[in-house]
Amino acid sequence: MGWLNRSFEFVGEVGIFSLRVLVDWLKPPFEFDQFFRQLAEVGNRSLALIVVSGFALGAVMTLHTRSTLVTFGATAMIPAVQAVSFFVEIGPLVAGLLLAGRVGSGIGAVLANMRASEQIDAIESLSIDSFKFLVVPRVLACVIALPFLTLFMDFAGLLGGFLSEELSSHIAPSLYLNRAFDYLQWSNFIAPTLKTTVFGFIIGSVSSYFGYTTDKGAQGVGEAATNSVVVSSLLIIVADVLLIKCIFFLFPETAV
Amino acid sequence: MIANNSIAVEFKRVMKSFGAKRVLSDVSFQIGHGQALCLLGRSGTGKSVTLKLIMALMRPDSGEVWVDQDNVVGMGEHGLSLVRRKLGYLFQDAALFDSLTLYENLALPLGRLTKKSKDEIDYVTRRVLTSVGLGADGAKYPSALSGGMKKRAGLARALVLEPKILLADEPSSGLDRITASEIDELLMRCKTERGTALIIVTHDVHGARRVADRVAVLDKGNLVAFGSVEEVSQSENDVARRLITE
Repeated sequence: MGWLNRSFEFVGEVGIFSLRVLVDWLKPPFEFDQFFRQLAEVGNRSLALIVVSGFALGAVMTLHTRSTLVTFGATAMIPAVQAVSFFVEIGPLVAGLLLAGRVGSGIGAVLANMRASEQIDAIESLSIDSFKFLVVPRVLACVIALPFLTLFMDFAGLLGGFLSEELSSHIAPSLYLNRAFDYLQWSNFIAPTLKTTVFGFIIGSVSSYFGYTTDKGAQGVGEAATNSVVVSSLLIIVADVLLIKCIFFLFPETAV
Repeated sequence: MIANNSIAVEFKRVMKSFGAKRVLSDVSFQIGHGQALCLLGRSGTGKSVTLKLIMALMRPDSGEVWVDQDNVVGMGEHGLSLVRRKLGYLFQDAALFDSLTLYENLALPLGRLTKKSKDEIDYVTRRVLTSVGLGADGAKYPSALSGGMKKRAGLARALVLEPKILLADEPSSGLDRITASEIDELLMRCKTERGTALIIVTHDVHGARRVADRVAVLDKGNLVAFGSVEEVSQSENDVARRLITE
């Protein structure tokens, strides 16, 4: 039963930590400098990874879809399948998982290193609230950046799909786009993109929790980085299931 | 005995344990403004913990820690923030912020905790960097600094807000004798020129003899000797006597 107790303890601690993030978000002073610094780190520096991954994933998916749809004479549906699957599920989920890997490990390692090298104590000694200074801007940057990164992934996936399809069937760009967006409703687009704010919050707060609370010195840096990625990824997948149910409840037409 | 309004830091029957291990046991002492206290003792005897208790980075299990007439034990975050503005802390490994340049490390507290204009912050930052011999190194990141430069940079950051009390955790550890002397000189200047109270954790007895008005020796969590260098060197406690004379 020890593991069960530890699990509950962990969930409680992360919950309280996340709650503190939400409370401190609204309290001045606001750390704008730190926020923009982190936004650049999370957003700009992840953009290439997101775009290249989306493009490759789009191209590969079209190749696989084509071989199946050819059997049914339904290759005209390829753009629609591509668009719906990217905007509804692949874009948000893969962008979230990629960000958990790139940014989550970074946040965990940086904060754990700052804890081990007494930099967090140094911040406190300068009368600066280290939680507001280090944790809140990182979480906020993840929450804001991830929906935009998801859009980049969606459109990169669409571009990769188009180029792949163009090589096979010489489809015109305008026809591809018409077919792609014919079956897409606003609710297919807005709700799944906005759900990534929750993924961003999970990545930011879980990774910050592991980094900020470590007390194992240099060994804690590696552990924090690994745990940040593993737990963030797992929670994103679990949250995705719950959020999809919420989206179906709020937008019943998307469930048909 | 020091008059109440002249006390910079006072410990009253302070206890601190980590799990089953008692690090400080019923420790009491006081140090006045403008005085220098060196904390000596073998490794793991609670010297660094003493500094962290003064800065309220840790809380004692019992007892009182007074900083310039404020008991920091049980104080809220706002009160602690005000007390910490009277304190400067030189960490053992300097604890400079990796992601900021040396200049930014010093400008950060000035920008946040004072109402100085950008020009004033620039002036003060450059003046303090120059005073520790790093005037030309402001654009460097901490990773590009040597051990001695990091200590001096850490000292500059600790001094940039002109604290009334400076806490220094092994300021000369890992440094050659000449660089260690330079650090001692800087600490002496803080005391004599600004009247800053110094509390220094050190293993360097030569440095302690030069800087300290008072020496405290901790052993196994107990304060076994407290007084001037001469008084401690004649202490009945064997550890205290050996630490100061050998």
